[in-house]
Amino acid sequence: MSDLAHYTRYHPRWYRRRMSVWWWLKDRAYVKFVLRELTSVFVAFFALLYLWQLRALARGPDAYAEFLARLQTPFFLTVDIVALVFVLFHTITWFNLTPTAMVVRMRGKRVPDPIVAGSNYVVWVLVSGIVAWILTRGLK
Amino acid sequence: MPPTVLLEVSRYRPEQDDKPVFQTYEVPFREDWVVLDALNHIKDRLDGSLSFRWSCRMGVCGSCGMMVNGRPKLTCAAFLSEYLPGPIRVEPLNYFPIMRDLIVDITDFLEKLKKVRPWIVRGQDLPLEKGEYRQTPEQLDVYKHFTQCINCMLCYAACPVVGLEPEFVGPAAIALAQRYNLDSRDEGAKERLKILSDHAGIWGCTFVGECTQVCPKHVDPAGAIQQYKLTGALDTLKSFLLPWGTR
Repeated sequence: MSDLAHYTRYHPRWYRRRMSVWWWLKDRAYVKFVLRELTSVFVAFFALLYLWQLRALARGPDAYAEFLARLQTPFFLTVDIVALVFVLFHTITWFNLTPTAMVVRMRGKRVPDPIVAGSNYVVWVLVSGIVAWILTRGLK
Repeated sequence: MPPTVLLEVSRYRPEQDDKPVFQTYEVPFREDWVVLDALNHIKDRLDGSLSFRWSCRMGVCGSCGMMVNGRPKLTCAAFLSEYLPGPIRVEPLNYFPIMRDLIVDITDFLEKLKKVRPWIVRGQDLPLEKGEYRQTPEQLDVYKHFTQCINCMLCYAACPVVGLEPEFVGPAAIALAQRYNLDSRDEGAKERLKILSDHAGIWGCTFVGECTQVCPKHVDPAGAIQQYKLTGALDTLKSFLLPWGTR
């Protein structure tokens, strides 16, 4: 709240509460929000990982083999699993929030929220299917 | 059913207290009583010095918003039975400066509300003899839920951004701006976007979403702000891509 208060004889002073640094621990909804914000770090981590993979790929088969070996170390396996959990949390929470952010209208009527959110999952499964198909075809 | 329930009420008397303190009152428990009834019982029978705002006691006026067990609530709609066995903690709305006991200073909110021009803005008003500005049910349907706002400010008390960024215009005011933007009779959208398209406006919102959760009238301010962001982003994109005249 900005400082617009006018003090008068009858209101000697207003009491302004301070916000604790730990405000986000006071309510489950806030914890969930802060975790959702934190997931962006792990999304960035995966992006960097892909760039690193591309660089290894460009440097030839030896470099790529070294990259794969490094990813199989317990350290990277642990980090990857943690990152995957956060990225899934990121994806699912944002998918579920789309109906709030986007109003889709068809024939003048608002499309129900579950359909807007659900369409994200449908596209997710489709794209994953296509990627899986390309990969498995490549293995033959 | 317990015969009584305890209410821990936040007291702040500027002439004697340095900071708010809790005072506990024992009030009769009745199935049909809400927190506001209990507060009125305290005021009438136990302690006439307790100060709080209320008016309609039926969720229309938006005066009796307080924190009940840490959540922003209209006390006229918060049944004692939902908080058994108690004690029930009643505090003034979060983030607003406290004037006395449960009364907060809402000047800041009123200033912000005015800033977004929450009324029908016309480039040129039609002469009276042209009649009213007409609207189809479909056009009304687009913004109707945003008109339900009763300015109770529960959404402000639920929004951590309001607490962290004092300049943030806040959920209800932005939702009301969007209510007029979406109104087919209004022509003020550009003007409002100029006011709200910055860090104190729509871009200050981090989509915590709690404003929508606590809204007693199902206005969905979080939705209004996110939809507004989409409009704002598209507008910026258009200003890059399109030639001057068509903007």
